[in-house]
Amino acid sequence: MLEIKGLVCGYGKKTVLRDVGFGVKRGEFVGVIGPNGSGKTTLLRAINGFLPSTKGGVSIEGKGIYQMARRELAQKVAVVTQSPEGVPPLSVEEFILLGRIPHWGRLQLLETKQDVETAGRVMDLTGIGGLKGRRIKELSGGERQIVFIARALAQEPHLLLLDEPTAHLDIGHQVLIMDLLRELNREQALTIVVVLHDLTLAGLYCDRLILLHEGRLHKIGLPIDVLTAEVIEEVYRTAVTVMETPVGGRPVILPVSQKGV
Amino acid sequence: MGLDRRSFWLWWIFLLVVLLVAVSLFSLGVGAVHIPIKKVLQALTTGRGTSEYAILFAVRLPRILLGLAVGGGLAIAGVILQGMFRNPLVEPYTLGISGGAALGVTLSMVVGGSTGLGLFSLPVSGFLGAGGIMAVVYMLSARGGMIKLSLLLLIGVMISFITSSLIMLLMALTKVQDLHGIIFWIMGSLQEPNITLIKVILFISLGGLVAGVFFGVDLNALSLGEEEAFHLGVEVERLKKILFLLASFITGCCVSVTGIIGFVGLVIPHLMRLVVGGDHRILMITSYLAGAMFLILCDTLARVVLAPVELPVGVITGLVGGGLFIYVLNRRGASL
Repeated sequence: MLEIKGLVCGYGKKTVLRDVGFGVKRGEFVGVIGPNGSGKTTLLRAINGFLPSTKGGVSIEGKGIYQMARRELAQKVAVVTQSPEGVPPLSVEEFILLGRIPHWGRLQLLETKQDVETAGRVMDLTGIGGLKGRRIKELSGGERQIVFIARALAQEPHLLLLDEPTAHLDIGHQVLIMDLLRELNREQALTIVVVLHDLTLAGLYCDRLILLHEGRLHKIGLPIDVLTAEVIEEVYRTAVTVMETPVGGRPVILPVSQKGV
Repeated sequence: MGLDRRSFWLWWIFLLVVLLVAVSLFSLGVGAVHIPIKKVLQALTTGRGTSEYAILFAVRLPRILLGLAVGGGLAIAGVILQGMFRNPLVEPYTLGISGGAALGVTLSMVVGGSTGLGLFSLPVSGFLGAGGIMAVVYMLSARGGMIKLSLLLLIGVMISFITSSLIMLLMALTKVQDLHGIIFWIMGSLQEPNITLIKVILFISLGGLVAGVFFGVDLNALSLGEEEAFHLGVEVERLKKILFLLASFITGCCVSVTGIIGFVGLVIPHLMRLVVGGDHRILMITSYLAGAMFLILCDTLARVVLAPVELPVGVITGLVGGGLFIYVLNRRGASL
């Protein structure tokens, strides 16, 4: 599905990712974790070609991303970015319909009936049918995040990339979003790569975790293998206690104060 | 969007077209010689040869057509630029295009420029000035084939300052009788004797509208931000270049014929956004119609308020546009 080989990329002269390589299989739910500045967002940008790579390459469904036209790529990969730069004065439905653009013809001017149906379907799927006519600006942070995900789903992608979809949300909305992603992954066979800061949440939902450290792939594997106290202490430079969830035996990461509070 | 939204669009287009026609007929009727609406219609259809016919076709109709072309053109240039920069304070003149045109005209007047170009002299020098400044702004803000919008905006604003300083310098050095011409040109007027020129501008402006509506889809994507638009499959870098050139070209053409008519490109997109929402496809069409109507109305006021003295239309658009906008803002609350 997604194949990354020896990827080197960065901003201008500053190299952020150094020789990163891994593969993601169809239908997988993969989490990307790592400290601030370790290159998580950069990795997502490189996967979708927003940041050109200096070395190595990314291929999706066996085709290099630079061999595809932008539209073709946008039909396969949808991205939910972190804190989008302000929102346009549109209603929720208008906003979600923007996700249909990659499927439009060059000179297409209006939505087709099928586009409207798809938008309706993803709104039902994400449980926001009731918000249809509301303006994006009027929505709460949690509702907005779901609307952003719905717009990405309207692209009908094969691969969904998300950058910290649970940031700034309360615990209820965090679970709501992650459950939604898990459901989409299981029932729609959608491949998901998600950047997460909350290690416990990452361990709870992801099939596999990719731990980035200073732009390199530090560890990749099952949550139980990646989220060990030694690995986290080494990469995040802070002491933690790792426990297990009562159900399912997933790792729970508890912070430990450095000052002995 | 279901049917309800599409009929909402059609309803607004219909309403604005009706209003535009009404305003045009009204404008045809008033002036030094008052012609009642009934006679206007009569003269337009069957009155060939009468004195009314001559006034309407030789004097008033060309002005209305020019008002339509320039008012609509400036309004869609405003929609394009505000959409591209995602900044409601940007207008067609922000990027220095008007300054360039004014500089070109001033230069040609000061140097005594009617160098065999005849009636085209001022428009041509205005257009050359606008085009030259466009090229300078573009080259200064394109780095390695990429345009950084924040840089483009800053450079545009700075170039505007430089050109206005240069204009003042030229004015300080010029003769008094030329000064009057320069000032009047800068204040803007729809008086244009050359019918061919009016036809050309009308053609460009309508072409701009068609192109603008098609780019409305891309502008909608761009309204989410450059990165988001990229993820939606839009070729963002190419799009920015095309939009910059399109808006600049329309503005340059308008300015070089009529002089600097302010406020249409700033206020009309705002007002229409309050009415029809943020979808650039409908915003483009309604802004064109409203801009045309607004300018024709302002020009009519400019002709009749202190008749026989004709006021500069730029003064009226500023007064009416600014006042109207503040009024609407206060009524709607600060819900931009």
